[in-house]
Amino acid sequence: MTIDDKLSTIKYEPDTNLHLNPDFEQCKTCESKICTRVCPAGVYEWMEEEEKLLVKYENCLECGACRIACEKKCLKWEYPKGTKGVIFKRG
Amino acid sequence: MSNLRENKTEVIVVGAGPAGIACAITVARAGHKVVLIERGRFAGSKNMFGGAIYAKPTREIFPDFEKNAPLERKNIEHKYAILGETDGTVISYQNRHELPVSYTVCRGKFDRWMAEEAKKEGVTLVEETVVRELIVENETVVGVKTELEDYYADIVVLADGVNSLLAKQIGLRGDIEPKDVAVSVKEVYKLDKNKINDRFLVNDDEGCIYELFGGSMLGKLGLGFIYTNKESVSIGLGITLDEFEEDETKPYEYLDKLKKHPVIAPLIKDGELLEYSAHLIPEGGFKKIPTLCGAGVMIVGDAAMLVNNLHWEGTNLAMISGKLAGETAVVALSKGDFSENALNRYTEELENSFVMKDLKTYRELMDIIHTRKESFLKYYLQKVNSFFEMFTSVNSVPKRTLYWNFIKNFFKDRSLKELFKDAWAIIKLLWSIMIK
Repeated sequence: MTIDDKLSTIKYEPDTNLHLNPDFEQCKTCESKICTRVCPAGVYEWMEEEEKLLVKYENCLECGACRIACEKKCLKWEYPKGTKGVIFKRG
Repeated sequence: MSNLRENKTEVIVVGAGPAGIACAITVARAGHKVVLIERGRFAGSKNMFGGAIYAKPTREIFPDFEKNAPLERKNIEHKYAILGETDGTVISYQNRHELPVSYTVCRGKFDRWMAEEAKKEGVTLVEETVVRELIVENETVVGVKTELEDYYADIVVLADGVNSLLAKQIGLRGDIEPKDVAVSVKEVYKLDKNKINDRFLVNDDEGCIYELFGGSMLGKLGLGFIYTNKESVSIGLGITLDEFEEDETKPYEYLDKLKKHPVIAPLIKDGELLEYSAHLIPEGGFKKIPTLCGAGVMIVGDAAMLVNNLHWEGTNLAMISGKLAGETAVVALSKGDFSENALNRYTEELENSFVMKDLKTYRELMDIIHTRKESFLKYYLQKVNSFFEMFTSVNSVPKRTLYWNFIKNFFKDRSLKELFKDAWAIIKLLWSIMIK
């Protein structure tokens, strides 16, 4: 089962504003790119050719792991607007 | 002057989880005005845990919850599964207590129920509203800024969860370190009630909790869990964030591997995945508890790092801390004194309660486990399994030879120096737990 299969079981109300804003310039020099591993929703993906971090913010589960793990401390992390984001029915 | 403001109440509680609700309801019951602000669509919609709630502390807030609350199963059995790569040893304790100790719940239903109960008792619940920052005047917290409006209060209680951006904003705590939180992932599988009863050896309303050591997390600072709900089974794990610094494995990949373990797989076989979820767990313990109050503000629950990870306790510490903060708010309101000094009553009450006493008892635990995880979360777990493998083997080798081989290997596989370090760590840990 892929992470997308897992995420398809979750109800989302996507925010139109980006609530995850890394400083992409700093990401280029980040060695660990830990956000790409620590995120339980696979939100972050490093695109080697473009040298850019892809942020699939609409999949975010709002746990905060990336915020704490970010070695550059360059991630502006906010909660999505009220009514938006993940809605756990069970939790 | 602040009393002349519009949008002014007596107490604002940020976050409608167990801590926030317990706090708000305590204030409302004393006849004071309290506004409980929740960012989710409904209370519980952003929350996730294993999990079980504990009956006694819940009764302190909701005396009749066992009659009315949406509960899944009352837990009668704890199983501790020590998993090797493919084998495992399970220790089990069963007790059909007259008064159950814990119940499994779905937070999406249970937190929502608690919030509705709080509304009945006079709490003003404001959902779908994110508090973006605290309003501070003269070094005193006087209100909150939401996306739409500013609200003012004599006291603001931060029950905004493990990330508590608000506690950080006002400097009551610094940045959280990766080693001080675990990322937890969980999957809920739909299973027929009778299948659950058969697989977990329980009756209709009874539940079984598994605590999982090793397996896909061998040598990592992580633990797994299984809880039984009425017609579903929750399986998940939590791993501290620093484990992802080197390792390529992702949180859900650890879980996928754990689900395939031969001891675990039959328990969830043919289940249909109902929901995947994730959350952070505070793991810092006593040493990482923030300053618990300031002028006009108190911090409760996960926001205050109040989790006893060894005993899997969190919601109970949340509820009790919320209740104590609520009681302090009531005293402060009666005196009209919201200074740090007045609200420090909450810190003192918490220190006198089991909450801080327990966290203090285990204050060395995480440091020791972090430095000795290769031993305690890998080597000895494997040795437990190899002991039983040896003990249950029938291979025509004389038993005395098997015993001596086991002992020889025990000392061969790990240097004497490391074994001494492990022993010293255990002595140090036991001393800190039992003596001082």
